Amino acid sequence: MTVSPARPQSRFLSGNEALAIGAMEAGVSVAAAYPGTPSTEIVETLATFPGVQAEWSVNEKVALEVALGASMMGRRAITAMKHVGLNVAADTLMSAGLTGVGAGLVIAVADDVGFSSSQNEQDSRYWGRFVHLPVLEPADAQEAYLMAREAFTLSERHQVPVLLRMTTRVCHVKRAVRLEAELPSPAPRMEYVKDPERWIVTPNHVGKRLEARARRATAMLAEAEISKWNVIKPGPDRRLGIIASGPVCHAVREALPQAPLLSLGFSAPLPIALARRFADSVDAVLVIEETEPLVETELRAAGLAVHGRSVLSPFGEVTAEHVARAARTVLGESEPPTVAGAAQQVFTRPPTLCAGCGYLGVYYWLSRTPNAIVCGDIGCYTLGASPPWNSVDTVLAMGASLGMAGGVAKAMENETKKRPVIAVIGDSTFLHTGMQGLLNLTYHGANVTVLLLDNRATAMTGCQNNPANGRDLAGNAAPVRVDFVKLVEALGVRPERIRSTDPYELPTFLKVLREELKANEPSVIITTRPCVFTPEFNRESPLVVDEAMCNGCTTCLDVGCPAVLVTRREQQVRASGTTVDLAWVKIDEQLCTGCGICAKACSRGAIAQKPRKRVIELEPA
Amino acid sequence: MNTNILVVGVGGQGVMTAAELLARVALASGLDACKTEIAGMSQRGGVVSSQVRIGPHVHASEIAPGHVDLLLALEAAEALRWCHWLAPTGRAIVNTLRAVPPVVSSGKAHYPDDPVGEMSKLGYDACAVDAGTIALALGDARLANTVMLGAAADSLPLDPDALLAEVLQRFGGKEELRQRNAAAFEAGRAQTQMGGTQPGPQVIRLEKPQLAGLP
Repeated sequence: MTVSPARPQSRFLSGNEALAIGAMEAGVSVAAAYPGTPSTEIVETLATFPGVQAEWSVNEKVALEVALGASMMGRRAITAMKHVGLNVAADTLMSAGLTGVGAGLVIAVADDVGFSSSQNEQDSRYWGRFVHLPVLEPADAQEAYLMAREAFTLSERHQVPVLLRMTTRVCHVKRAVRLEAELPSPAPRMEYVKDPERWIVTPNHVGKRLEARARRATAMLAEAEISKWNVIKPGPDRRLGIIASGPVCHAVREALPQAPLLSLGFSAPLPIALARRFADSVDAVLVIEETEPLVETELRAAGLAVHGRSVLSPFGEVTAEHVARAARTVLGESEPPTVAGAAQQVFTRPPTLCAGCGYLGVYYWLSRTPNAIVCGDIGCYTLGASPPWNSVDTVLAMGASLGMAGGVAKAMENETKKRPVIAVIGDSTFLHTGMQGLLNLTYHGANVTVLLLDNRATAMTGCQNNPANGRDLAGNAAPVRVDFVKLVEALGVRPERIRSTDPYELPTFLKVLREELKANEPSVIITTRPCVFTPEFNRESPLVVDEAMCNGCTTCLDVGCPAVLVTRREQQVRASGTTVDLAWVKIDEQLCTGCGICAKACSRGAIAQKPRKRVIELEPA
Repeated sequence: MNTNILVVGVGGQGVMTAAELLARVALASGLDACKTEIAGMSQRGGVVSSQVRIGPHVHASEIAPGHVDLLLALEAAEALRWCHWLAPTGRAIVNTLRAVPPVVSSGKAHYPDDPVGEMSKLGYDACAVDAGTIALALGDARLANTVMLGAAADSLPLDPDALLAEVLQRFGGKEELRQRNAAAFEAGRAQTQMGGTQPGPQVIRLEKPQLAGLP
């Protein structure tokens, strides 16, 4: 992405792209992140700019530490993560709130409001209160751009990391963004000066840092009270004034164009005096925020009788429709008739594993091991929890499969009838926060079989590179590619219990799985097929079904491959009187990668590679 | 007044690209525009939708059910899934392609026999376009989305020529591909002008694009 010197100009940008351009224009030098929807494109975009050193860190805590280290050395730095990523980084974040920063440090945190791609919905603005950080809340891509440009100087002014809080509706909504004139001198040259009282947060230093934090809070509040990001937009209908932050401001403009609006872009520390002035100018106040009633609670504590969460949904996105309904409730107006017709009953279309994905082989067998307790993890393999496999018992948080499995195994230690315990985790998630869990299993000799699904990519978020495939963010060779066999051995798994297998080879994989489930100690099965979107993946010619051989047994459908399609169904009454459902299939030529998992599942050999045309190569005449 | 467009389909079909194209044409013609995206899990064969709002000034990016002016559906069952988002005066342009998911293949769910017919019965203005057949007749299945954009061209507050120009800039490439895309766009446009593809077996006759100097 290039930005031409002719300005001002407009570009059609997502909030993530706009934020990245703003940060680049502010002279950011270091950008570190772990991919996570909806934040991923921030650092992906930053990586395209010369002069920005961008990296995929192994997890969000490390990413924050990288950014803080660069900031301490006098380089402007940014880290980006999804809401749950900030939980992982929380320990470092609490300390960073005490040390403060060298050069400007921005933490862009993207809340998945509406949980379209997450295990949870969280309001990251709480961290602003918890760590005493200023919180900026852009309403759209334009504000994300402008706030990113200014957040670094705000950070330097108060010696504090700035929380730039995004939500899905800012990250992934594209709008026309007007680019501003270049900043006069973006990044100041700062040098590192040794300062143990600041950078070593031992008890003897903490007192002074807490004092500094309190002073900072007062100064930040004074700035928030007069910030240009906190604006009162007057409106003629003074019966109800709205206080809103983030993209909700647009929903308010849409639903209540006549209502006075206080939009909070610099929302923490909360400018109470400003809010009070606004409240005095209207008959009643409705606070609209995503997703927790934070501003509402603080305004109430300050003695303002405001409406809020009680007239809105307790979770999820706030749309213009929600705003209109909430306002009608407060004003005691009646509901207009609904315009929308009834939703039609259409089958669900859940996300599926891709045709050719090695995980299909893994879950084919796990679905045939119903006695096992399977602790799953976060990645494409989470899909093993859905039909047709229904193989996964738990999915909680990044890397949580191994710890949970340890507890499950412990609970069964003294049982007479034990059930096998399996943990399923991908390469990137294992390197993110799974390694410690494995060490805990080996340290306690927990009888858990770990399926380490190495597909050589952080696949779910868009096939980003990681230490397991040996490529860096830019796609260049990294100095290291993790050797999982050596790694898990170093973490205490006996070499006899470390097995590398190909999940395409159904019989071999089953044999290995059975052996390891029998072993009475921790074991790791590493699967070796790359993600279909990696350059390592080899596509073979598609398979075909021999109609004459097929008996309609439907075993191939248990693989769950989206390329296997039913052509007709029949019911058959057996001699015993039981009725069986039969189905005949074909294979979608466009989707099929020729992996052959379905062919190996077929006991009749009815699925095979299309015979290749015999080509006789002749010498040139 | 703003125009609300909902583009729907299945992961990997090009819903986002089609939506982006519409928004860009609107911006280039002096209107405001915004477009939503969904990323992450939904891309793995799941339901994908993008909301495009265009008009003099667009505030909220989201559209409410019952307020869609144009539903551009790249897949038939997805049209039925989203049809209640249509405004009473709204119109649906539907690719008759049937993308059957594993949940239907495995017999756990049923794919509606005639999604567009069901929509019409419910009183929605739905126009079926067999974009796949048209695209194949023009020599490339990948032209289907160009056919669909052409089919939508006369139901938008945008200049069809400007939309075509953007399509060609996006998908055009070499001269041969440009001509194929232009033909696909016009074929799609002609389909809606004729009232859409009629149900039942039929032959779609198309002029092959004249490819000057190319085999």
